[in-house]
Amino acid sequence: MDDARGGWPMSEVAPHWISESLRACIRDPKVAAGGGFILFLLILALGAPDFAPKDPLEQDLILGVTPPPGFAGAEPGYLLGTDDLGRDVLSRLIWGSRVALTVAFVAATLAAALGATLGLLAGWYRGWVDATISRLVEIWMAFPPVLLSILLVAVVGPGVGSVIGAIAIIDWTRFCRVIRAETMGQAKTDYVTAARAIGFSPMRILVREILPNVMPVLIALISLEMGIAVIVEAILSFVGLSVSSDVPTWGGMIAQGRQILHQGWWVLAAPLVALFLTVLAFNLLGEGLRRSLDPVMRR
Amino acid sequence: MSPPVLALSNLSAISDRDRAPILRNVSLEVARGETCGLVGESGAGKSTIAKAILGILPRTIRVTGGEVKFEGADLLKIEIGPLRRLIGECIALIPQDPMTALNPARRIEAQLTDGPRLWRGLDATAARALALRLLDEVHIRDPDRVLRSFPHELSGGMRQRVLIAAAFALEPRLIVADEPTTALDVTVQKQILRLIRNMQSAHGTSVVFVTHDLGVVAQICDHVTLLFAGRVIEAGSASRLLDRPAHPYTRALLEACPRYDRPDAGLRPIPESVIADLYAELGQSGATP
Repeated sequence: MDDARGGWPMSEVAPHWISESLRACIRDPKVAAGGGFILFLLILALGAPDFAPKDPLEQDLILGVTPPPGFAGAEPGYLLGTDDLGRDVLSRLIWGSRVALTVAFVAATLAAALGATLGLLAGWYRGWVDATISRLVEIWMAFPPVLLSILLVAVVGPGVGSVIGAIAIIDWTRFCRVIRAETMGQAKTDYVTAARAIGFSPMRILVREILPNVMPVLIALISLEMGIAVIVEAILSFVGLSVSSDVPTWGGMIAQGRQILHQGWWVLAAPLVALFLTVLAFNLLGEGLRRSLDPVMRR
Repeated sequence: MSPPVLALSNLSAISDRDRAPILRNVSLEVARGETCGLVGESGAGKSTIAKAILGILPRTIRVTGGEVKFEGADLLKIEIGPLRRLIGECIALIPQDPMTALNPARRIEAQLTDGPRLWRGLDATAARALALRLLDEVHIRDPDRVLRSFPHELSGGMRQRVLIAAAFALEPRLIVADEPTTALDVTVQKQILRLIRNMQSAHGTSVVFVTHDLGVVAQICDHVTLLFAGRVIEAGSASRLLDRPAHPYTRALLEACPRYDRPDAGLRPIPESVIADLYAELGQSGATP
């Protein structure tokens, strides 16, 4: 491999530069740590029925508020203790990751789709399209996001669907602003001019020429947004506006743990730590992706 | 004599921002199979004319009068949909900088066959066959590998060959070459010029060749139109204009060229008086300042 430009044998198919930079990403410690934790959590959530040692809803009032092993009064088989109704905290934590990750993935993807679409349109057409969308973004960002989401969910009614909808409707602005700026830069490039001379319609140019080039930024933003979505979901669960109370959620567990903090601190600590680590992982992943996919570093 | 492929008549344009004139009554004709050089210093309006021919004038430039007739049809009067098709099929662009004119995120194969797939509805197999034939025509070795490559894996000269191949993909009747050799080093420049010349005569294509290099003009152009501040200063056959320039500005420009056969002659800048006269002339001709 003495080819200075490539690095792969000349006869082989050259890797796509995106897959090339993805390979570089995995070598980034932030991406490896964040992505690794998210992957672990994802496997745990998908296999919750197998991994959870107990039924997360099974109550055992005699074993209420049992501490984790190593503390006085611990019971064998309850690795993170039990809550005031005698339910296994670890099992509830594992099942709760399902809601957290579902909301994170779906809400972030929807917010990205909405925001990126509007951002592409604003950045390409400029003029009144841009003015309308940009004013909308500014008005949107002036609302306190958590209050707005509580309001939205209160109006539509609780449930995972409305939590996801609320997050997407509030957070599309983050994507819109960045993608709009990226699109403006892309619109000035020579290859977009060449595509116009071939007779590409604006839609074709946006999808075929510009979108592949803004994809790395979009991916990094989606990862950061997932961390935000996990927190918003926890907040809405905390105030009882997420899924119904018989489905374990981290936010619901925090709300419950807060009430019995003096009898059993672990009921509050376990979901808090899980939430903290998950958001940290998403942020590390997004930060790492943003750094290793940076357009300036592409060349 | 057959009617010209391209005929600009009295084309005028202003900047939308400060209403400054960009083109002033520009007229020129390009006959079938002929290469017409569009020469001028920066800001003379060469690129604006190229963009007007390709239907991609930026929104900040407004055409105030005149016609851009391609095979008898005024491009300025055609609706955007049919215009995209007409220009896409019949007029092609060879861009200035091969380093930025290819999309970094798309493979060469896709970019080379954009036009044929869009306007002729070629399927993947036919597009591939066409792409291989085109690369062969521009003398690229190992075309299979190049088709699978991304632009950053090719050298500047290779990329310019790919762009020339792409320009000829639809057998266009007119090619606008926007300073296609400016970004290349001199040895590659020579090869690329010869390639464009050969391709052009093989396909019978007319070429509008935008450049600021009079040496390039001497090598490739049949006719030359010299622009200054959006106005045609002198036009005529290349040999006549280079040998017996009529306008003082043309003469000054030719004298300002470095001569390799007389290195001791030094460089002669264009005299201030010539430029002053030009501006005086522009003022007289009633053009809005």
